[in-house]
Amino acid sequence: MTVESTAAARKPRRASKRTSAAKKPQSSEPQLVQLLTPEGERVEHPDYSIDLSADELRGLYRDMVLTRRFDAEATALQRQGELGLWASLLGQEAAQIGSGRALRDDDYVFPTYREHGVAWCRGVDPTNLLGMFRGVNHGGWDPNSNNFHLYTIVIGSQTLHATGYAMGVAKDGADSAVIAYFGDGASSQGDVAESFTFSAVYNAPVVFFCQNNQWAISEPTERQTRVPLYQRAQGYGFPGVRVDGNDVLACLAVTRSALERARRGEGPTLVEAFTYRMGAHTTSDDPTKYRADEERAAWEAKDPILRLRAYLEKEKLADEAFFTALDEESETLGKRVREAVRAMPDPDPMALFEHGYADGNSLVDEERAQFAAYQASFADSAEEGK
Amino acid sequence: MAVEKMSIAKALNESLRLALDNDPKVLIMGEDVGKLGGVFRITDGLQKDFGEDRVIDTPLAESGIVGTAIGLALRGYRPIVEIQFDGFVFPAYDQIVTQLAKMHARALGKIKLPVVVRIPYGGGIGAVEHHSESPEALFAHVAGLKVVSPSNASDAYWMMQQAVQSDDPIIFFEPKRRYWDKGEVDTESIPGPLHKAVTVREGGDLTLVAYGPMVKVCLEAAAAAQEEGKSIEVLDLRSMSPIDFDAIQTSAQKTGRVVVVHEAPVFYGSGAEIAARITERCFYHLEAPVLRVGGYHVPYPPARLEDEYLPGLDRVLDAVDRSLAF
Repeated sequence: MTVESTAAARKPRRASKRTSAAKKPQSSEPQLVQLLTPEGERVEHPDYSIDLSADELRGLYRDMVLTRRFDAEATALQRQGELGLWASLLGQEAAQIGSGRALRDDDYVFPTYREHGVAWCRGVDPTNLLGMFRGVNHGGWDPNSNNFHLYTIVIGSQTLHATGYAMGVAKDGADSAVIAYFGDGASSQGDVAESFTFSAVYNAPVVFFCQNNQWAISEPTERQTRVPLYQRAQGYGFPGVRVDGNDVLACLAVTRSALERARRGEGPTLVEAFTYRMGAHTTSDDPTKYRADEERAAWEAKDPILRLRAYLEKEKLADEAFFTALDEESETLGKRVREAVRAMPDPDPMALFEHGYADGNSLVDEERAQFAAYQASFADSAEEGK
Repeated sequence: MAVEKMSIAKALNESLRLALDNDPKVLIMGEDVGKLGGVFRITDGLQKDFGEDRVIDTPLAESGIVGTAIGLALRGYRPIVEIQFDGFVFPAYDQIVTQLAKMHARALGKIKLPVVVRIPYGGGIGAVEHHSESPEALFAHVAGLKVVSPSNASDAYWMMQQAVQSDDPIIFFEPKRRYWDKGEVDTESIPGPLHKAVTVREGGDLTLVAYGPMVKVCLEAAAAAQEEGKSIEVLDLRSMSPIDFDAIQTSAQKTGRVVVVHEAPVFYGSGAEIAARITERCFYHLEAPVLRVGGYHVPYPPARLEDEYLPGLDRVLDAVDRSLAF
């Protein structure tokens, strides 16, 4: 911005009713729910008070640190050729841990492919998340063992699955809730719009948790929407709220409130976690080609982990021994993940034909037999060669 | 009485009623399926008897219908969704192909997706654009889906029962121009497996392979050929994925001549797959190349031209003659 344009922007304008009526909130001026400032100061919000014990605060910090460590290890493993691809969550730890820790065990999560922190909160072994990125499966975990559905790669599809699941929860008369994760890019998808429609019409107990990390690969949020994303909810008839996505306390409080609302039978809520993806969309793209270094630097100052650490230190809620022990735990986790990935066996070739159908399929049976015979022919020639 | 004469539409309605009655987890979802009973009245009276929680009128959004059905299935329900017409399935095609078909495999078999997608399909009713298509090959090509189509009232009744009880996603194509054809339904007989083909007419000179709306045309063609002294066998495939190739092979080896008939375009259609498999399986038994009769590689035509596009008696008999001339 030039000096002239800055000056022009500061010049007071004549307030006319016309212009003020036409004025819309801009994405660059978010009205955020915030409970912890970037400097690590606790602030209050009239609608979202939260009172956590020192233990709980340290727990959130630990979750974020370990999730970041896991993520860094996976990124390194991709660079070393151990993973085919990785979608880093760097910068989004507060949004994921805050919302993830708001969930009850009987709630159900429908993630995208970047919810490593939420998976952590659900007790999914992080090494399970790596199978699809290593290429040994397309998911591989039992969604029902942690109420954490498989990662979904097609953008936005899972919001409808979450809505349908939530319709089922309501039919069952259960008081659990469902949460659907998606990004700012997904908000442009028809499936997300349809999930808003269905959830509102059927009053489904679902929370839509949009992590607006500002970039859909190289496309900025301005390419997805002309209004702040949380305001979309209003048009569907349910509340939307924008939360500081780098503030783990605010993410926890706002998600908890939305989940409670769902449990009370009051229907869906859209939570927009205003955050920033610090790294690339995946290891395949290069963010230096599409965004400015200054932007990243500005967001670095809002780092979710540093701000909670500042608060913990300032309020003397954690001592040096805690941080040292956590460093060690991080290294242990990194090592465990590294070793687990390298030890991950390639699937048996016959696994090609497994699990396509629950009730079996004669065509697959025929192809399986042909493939088995083909495989066996190599074993025979190996025998002959001896 | 166990045996009753009813239309295919009535048989489907009775079958859906039985499914709702048998299992509280069965749901029916779709546009207009409630009070109206569906545009073809297949769900007539079901909402009245089972309530709005079991027979669910949905927003007008096909991807939403299938996508939420997937979520309901994950929660333990068994949704039967109605897509109003063949050409309207494409907004839901993404959810069917990228999600419904693959989720069981992605979870290494830990979850099941017992969803039935009902699609009234095919032409011959003088409808407008997008109301007469036969997209079965697009679904049969996708691993994880099973694709079936009944041709008569008894199959409509029983195949729907079997589809609802299947733990796999089933694309259930209903031959809409046959909805009002009547046939006997024995509601107590034990049916054969869902994916087994049935020989609906025995013959020795040539085999007509068909499914859904074309079975009737083929039976008429066989009857007409009989008058000329030709003995034609008709095989009702019933399932397009998987296909009962054993039954086709048995018949092909018996007659040595096969003509596959379907409404969908011949190009890349199910007839191509059948012809290729027959060639692989019983090349030396064939007296003639496998011929195909079907739609052309053009958009489904306006109603005034659909009789030219759809395989009728004459086109089938012409193919029979060509095969027998080899």
